[in-house]
Amino acid sequence: MPSATNENEGTGSPEVPQEEFVDQEMADGEFEFDGEIDPNKIQILPGASEDGTAASFRILQEDHTLGNALRYMIMKNPEVEFCGYSIPHPSEAAMNLRIQTYGEITAIQALEKGLDDLLDLCSHVEDEYRKAVEAGDYSTVEP
Amino acid sequence: MVDFNPSQRNLVGIEHDRVTNVSSTDFPGYYPGEDHAWNLDKFKENFKIQISYLTDLSSSFDLVGVDASIANAFRRIMIAEVPTLAIEYVYIENNTSIIQDEVLAHRLGLIPLKANPDYLRWFKKDDPDIEPTDYDTVVLHLSAKCTTNPSAAPGTTDPKVLYNNANVYASAIQFEPQGRQAEWFPDGITLANPDILIAKLRPGQEIDLTMHCILGIGQDHAKFSPVATASYRLLPTIDIIGPPLTGDLAQKFKNCFPKGVIAINSKGEAYVKDARKDTVSREVLRHPEFDGRVRLGRQRDNFIFTVESTGAMTPDEIFIKSVQLLKKKCQILRKFNLRA
Repeated sequence: MPSATNENEGTGSPEVPQEEFVDQEMADGEFEFDGEIDPNKIQILPGASEDGTAASFRILQEDHTLGNALRYMIMKNPEVEFCGYSIPHPSEAAMNLRIQTYGEITAIQALEKGLDDLLDLCSHVEDEYRKAVEAGDYSTVEP
Repeated sequence: MVDFNPSQRNLVGIEHDRVTNVSSTDFPGYYPGEDHAWNLDKFKENFKIQISYLTDLSSSFDLVGVDASIANAFRRIMIAEVPTLAIEYVYIENNTSIIQDEVLAHRLGLIPLKANPDYLRWFKKDDPDIEPTDYDTVVLHLSAKCTTNPSAAPGTTDPKVLYNNANVYASAIQFEPQGRQAEWFPDGITLANPDILIAKLRPGQEIDLTMHCILGIGQDHAKFSPVATASYRLLPTIDIIGPPLTGDLAQKFKNCFPKGVIAINSKGEAYVKDARKDTVSREVLRHPEFDGRVRLGRQRDNFIFTVESTGAMTPDEIFIKSVQLLKKKCQILRKFNLRA
């Protein structure tokens, strides 16, 4: 599986979590995305804790739409001590997300669980809405 | 804040000069001994969608059981990130009308087109080597010439009678199918509203231009937004506390709210008939005789959405697309491998 590993050279301790670029095959193939995925879409900012329980992520091209929703889902995880997001400058399309856990799970695991939970929520909302539209239990005239 | 009455947790308090209890507090660890961790089954139990009305152009529906951050995400995506087709490039052959080229092009861009954006691919604007193809560009043509009407009765001043083609409406725009677009769009690309006035001409003036339409999102330019607007409000609650209001006081109470919100029963007491119709003007809080007799509030997890489409898609399609787009955002992030 080809992947480019980005190693932190010389800055900080060698145990800082490393990031890998997205798997190019997976990005081009099964993903029906109208464009290329920016490999810098999400990065771990330097200064994360050694055991990975506290980390800040920088997500490009996202704003309060995803930020607030994701923050809410991650906060619903009882293992998460702190979760907050900020937009460093409105002229720059980037969002910082910080996650701190109590120690049982890493920040990356908390982020992944938050994303999965948000996916489940959206799937359910979509299913319920389609059912409601099909049920036809509403007026077709504007009051 | 101390949790005095758990049943009030869900209510945003509305007082005469402030709002209270605004933020959601359903996080694990906030209330000791209670479990507020994310549970999909509990969410499915509490979640409800109720559609009030759904027409081709507008819709109102209730989303009950989600948090404000999620409802807001849906609203923001509906306004700014659902892709639509709109006129982007205008190639002007001849414009002798009084409307300047750029003003005319701007007006054309804002005309809503009735086209299903799923059939088109994105056109990469920034790359100079890429040529428009039938997959990503729709070509429209507008040609209008104004002439005098020789058979008009002398003395008329109505420009519709005196001249031919004095008013150029959006209905004058013609679709020119390119390549395989004739199969993909058998009914052609029509306009959501053919009665939009584009320009006014007088005899001798002419407009002749070609337009290229591409997909775009509202974040880029407001012409790409599929909704006139999408908004939500929280369901209002009115509680009459203490002894019931009767007589003249009840009538005065009823007049403080819009029609249909408060009714007077057979015993002469005022009761809340339909809090949903309330516009929360807080008129009742201005009168000292109702001090302590009524409590206004809003239910924090009951969102009454109103979606007004410009005509490109029906409001239910727009909402479904916005939910799918939020899912797509999560899926894109999920595919990244951030581990060491």
